[in-house]
Amino acid sequence: MGIEYLILILIGFMLVSALIAVEARDLLSCVICVGAAGFALSVIDLLLGAPDLAITQVVVEIVALVLLIRMIVRRDDTSVQTPRDTLRTGLVLLAGGVMLAAAFFAMGHVVKGSMPPFGQPLLAAPAGAAVGPGVAADYLQRSAGETGAGNVVMAILLDYRGYDTLGEATVIFASIVGAYAILRSVARGRRKEEMPT
Amino acid sequence: MSQSVESERPDRGGMTPIVQNTARIVASFAAVFGVYIAMTGHISPGGGFAGGVILAATGVLIVLAFGSRYTARIVSEPLCHAADAAGAMGFLVIALLGFVAGGFFVNFIARISPGEVGHLFSGGIIPWANLAILIKVGAALAGVFLALAAFRRVGIREEL
Repeated sequence: MGIEYLILILIGFMLVSALIAVEARDLLSCVICVGAAGFALSVIDLLLGAPDLAITQVVVEIVALVLLIRMIVRRDDTSVQTPRDTLRTGLVLLAGGVMLAAAFFAMGHVVKGSMPPFGQPLLAAPAGAAVGPGVAADYLQRSAGETGAGNVVMAILLDYRGYDTLGEATVIFASIVGAYAILRSVARGRRKEEMPT
Repeated sequence: MSQSVESERPDRGGMTPIVQNTARIVASFAAVFGVYIAMTGHISPGGGFAGGVILAATGVLIVLAFGSRYTARIVSEPLCHAADAAGAMGFLVIALLGFVAGGFFVNFIARISPGEVGHLFSGGIIPWANLAILIKVGAALAGVFLALAAFRRVGIREEL
């Protein structure tokens, strides 16, 4: 029971830091607040027993933070001049979110068993439950014998669900190629402009 | 004002000797930790993606501390492209080798010799796939950062 309140506090912290990131006048403060939200998310991952996800989250967050800070420190003027209307937009979004959450929990109360209790995902549902048996128990029982891997997450990612990981790798590859294409075309164009002079 | 400070340095983009010495000590340990995270992914939490990002972060550390001109002598952008493509191809080859045992992504090594759970050489294709992803992700992110650094250098030269 205690872990839920801890997660609620962390989510509140993430909300506050996200709001500050949107509202702050200084770009450096915005970037640091975005990083704080990401680190809080990684702590939530760790509390929910997902160390693989927490490691990836922390590492990616650090690299993104370093890159963004590097980009901002190079600029002379880091303050934002454009006028914004974030407060009204934020209020509308907040109202929508509260309504969605209320509808979600109301549905869970009306239709018994349609919403699993906190911390028990659908995949881990026992046989005979209203939502049907999950595959989690199967994975836990069979992954060590079938693949020989001690880490069940890796056994799922790279053996049972290898297709998905291949798709993920393809997505990364395509995005990186796109980034190369954009960066190199700009740099080449500038070099050609420099040539005659 | 910032331009006058930068022109005083011999190598533009590098940082102070304090940062350089710290980076010199830390970088190798960070790189080894990245490889460790990837290669023990089938025993403990971690995996190829996290390890590759740590490896790329080590590259970012070196570029930031010593400047992109110093880094160009160690690792070039075309090398990163080649390693990126090689990692992706390696992952695909591991998947295709599953046809030895009957299908795409079949764990053929585990079928032949399963290995003991918890040992380094266990899990069949999983550590090899992690190695391929490590090379792919690390090279890709490092290459993008090198491209960004080159892009900014050209831009700054134009401003001057």
